[in-house]
Amino acid sequence: MSRELRGLGVSAGIAVGPVARLAAAPELPDVNAEVEDVEFETARAADALEAVAADLDARAAQADGAGADVLVAQALMARDPVLADAVAGLVREGRDAPHAIDAAFAEHRRALEALGGYMAERAADLDDLRTRAVAHLLGLPMPGIPDPGHPFILVADDLAPADTATLDPAKVLGIVTERGGPTGHTAILAKQLGIPAITACPDAVALTDGQRLMLDGASGLLVADPEDALVADAERRARELAARRASSHGPGRTADGHPVRLLVNVGGPGDLAAPGIPGAQGVGLLRTEFLFLERATAPTRDEQEALYREIFDAFAGRTVIVRTLDVGADKPLAYLPQAPEENPALGVRGLRLSRRDPELLDEQLAAIAAAARGSDADVGVMAPMVATAREAEGFAAAARGHGLTKVGVMVEVPAAALCAADILAHVDFASLGTNDLAQYTLATDRLAGELADLLDPWQPALLRLVAATIEAGVAADKPVGVCGEAASEPMLALVLTGMGVTSLSMGATSLADVRSTLAAHTLEQCRDLAATALAAGSAPDARASVEAVAREGMGVG
Amino acid sequence: MPERTVTVGSKVGLHARPASLFVQAAARQSVPVTIAKPDGDPVDARSILMVIGLDVRGGQDVVLHADGDGADAALDELAALLAVDHDAEVAS
Repeated sequence: MSRELRGLGVSAGIAVGPVARLAAAPELPDVNAEVEDVEFETARAADALEAVAADLDARAAQADGAGADVLVAQALMARDPVLADAVAGLVREGRDAPHAIDAAFAEHRRALEALGGYMAERAADLDDLRTRAVAHLLGLPMPGIPDPGHPFILVADDLAPADTATLDPAKVLGIVTERGGPTGHTAILAKQLGIPAITACPDAVALTDGQRLMLDGASGLLVADPEDALVADAERRARELAARRASSHGPGRTADGHPVRLLVNVGGPGDLAAPGIPGAQGVGLLRTEFLFLERATAPTRDEQEALYREIFDAFAGRTVIVRTLDVGADKPLAYLPQAPEENPALGVRGLRLSRRDPELLDEQLAAIAAAARGSDADVGVMAPMVATAREAEGFAAAARGHGLTKVGVMVEVPAAALCAADILAHVDFASLGTNDLAQYTLATDRLAGELADLLDPWQPALLRLVAATIEAGVAADKPVGVCGEAASEPMLALVLTGMGVTSLSMGATSLADVRSTLAAHTLEQCRDLAATALAAGSAPDARASVEAVAREGMGVG
Repeated sequence: MPERTVTVGSKVGLHARPASLFVQAAARQSVPVTIAKPDGDPVDARSILMVIGLDVRGGQDVVLHADGDGADAALDELAALLAVDHDAEVAS
C-alpha cells in the first residue's frame, strides 16, 4: 500500500530506489558500569577518541576543499586536550568511558549552543563525534553513510558535514532528511552534485532500510512503497526530463515564444567554468564580495576594474548585472571595522554601509563604469538592501554620475516591495532577492533550520510581495527579475513568468531544467499557474495546486 | 611574563580553518600557550573547543601568554599566524 509523505524539495529530479538509513546513533547504556581500574577505563576512552580522529583523518585525505577543512577541524576536536582532561576527570569520579565521553561532550555542546548562530551549528559536529566515540566503545559500527552494495536513497535525521563531504553521487540516488532547511548545507551540496533531495520531512522517520521509495526533488513529494504503475510513470517522467535537459538550449521562452531571459548567479571568476555558463543569456547577479573579503586593505580601483573586465569579457554580447558590495556586521571587513551587532541581518549592511563610508561604494562604481566602457557586455549595476525610494534615488544618482546607464536595485526588504512603484521611478530595473525577502517578510533567520517551513518560497505573503513588485514593473514598463533560489525551482519559475517577470537568474546547474519546463508551457498557462499560486492559503497548498494544474496542462494528470 | 596582544586577521575570526591552523601551531610549541580575549579568562591554545568557544571575530584583539624557555619565540610565531588572513571560503 503506497503512502505519500511531504517535505521541502531542495534539489530537483526524480529518484526511485531502496531506502538505506544513515546508521542510527547508538543508545548510551542505561547503567553506568562500575569503574574498577581508573587507568584502564581512561585509556579505553582515549583510544575511542583517537579511533574517531584517525577515521576522520582518513576521510579528510579523500575529501577536498571545504569538506576536508571541516573533517580536519573535527579530528582536532576528537584529540582536544581539554576534552581529554575532562573525560579523565569524569572517569576518576566513577563514570565509565561511554558516560564520561557523553558528559564531556555535552558540556562543550552547551557552551557552543549558548553562543548561538554559527557556533550552534558546530554543536551538531560535537554530537557526531560523541556518537562515533560511543559506538566505538560499544563495539557498534560507526554511524555514517551506509554501503548496502547497491544504489540507494539515503534517509537521515539530518546530515552532518562529515557525511555530506564524502557522498558518492554514483551510489546515492536521492537524499531525504527529517530536518534541515532550504538553504542548509544538505540542500546546497545535493544541488551541486545533482542528487534529487528533500529536507524538512519529519515523517521520514518511519522509513525503514530496503523499503522502496520514490522522490520528486522539485515538488518535495515522497511515495513510500509506490505501486508499479506510479514508478513506471515516474521513470518515464525522469527519462523525459533527462531528454528535455539534453535538448534544452537557446534563450528562455515559453511554448508560445514569450521571452524570459535565463541568467546565472556568479560569485567570482571561479564560477565561470560551470557547465551551464555557455548556455546562459548572461549574469543576473554578479556578487562582488569575493573582491573585498579575505584581505587587509580595500581593493584598489585598478584591481577591481581588471577583475570586472575579466568577467565582462567572458560575457561579451550578453548581460552582466553587478551587485555592489553586500556585507554586514556578520562578515566585517578588516579595513571597515564594524562593531558586532545584536541583529546583523537588520543592521548596517549592503547599501547602508555607504552611509558610513561613501568612498568604498564610490570607488566600486568608478571601477565598474571603467570596466564597462571598454567591454562588449551589457553591464548593469544594482544595490543590495535598499528599503526606500530615497535610497534608490541616491544610488541611481551616484551610479549615473559615473556614467553607468543601467541602474537598478535589489528588492529583498518588504518595504521596497511595498513601495516598488516609487522605487522604480528612480531606477531602470529591479531584481527580487527572494531568499532575503523571505527572511525579512516571515521574520525568520535563514539559518534557523527548525523554522525552515516559514522560509518556503511558496509562502503566500512572499508570493504576494513578489507579485506586487512585478506588477509595479509591468505598470512602469521596467524589467523586474528574480535572482533568489525561487528562480531555480521549475514550477515557481512558471509562476513568476505568469506574474510578468522578465528574467530569472539562478545557479548554472538549474538552467536546463528551468529552460525546458518553460518551453513546455504557454504564457497563458503560466498566468493560470500564477493565479492558482496567489489564491492558495498556505505554502503546501500553493505548491500542490500549481503542480496539479501544471500536470493537467501537460496531459499527464 | 611574555605576552602578545594581536588583532585577528581572518574575517571569519578564530573559527573554521583559521582556528584549526592556530591550534595545530600551538600544539607544536615547546611551551604551553594560553589565549584570551582582553580582560577575559585565558584558555589552553591547543584546545580547539576552548579556542572556538572564545568566539573571537575578525578584527578583534586577543592576548597570548606563555612562560619558560622559548616562550618569546612561540608567541612571536603564533602572533604572526593570527595576524594573517587565512579565510579560504568566499562568502555567498
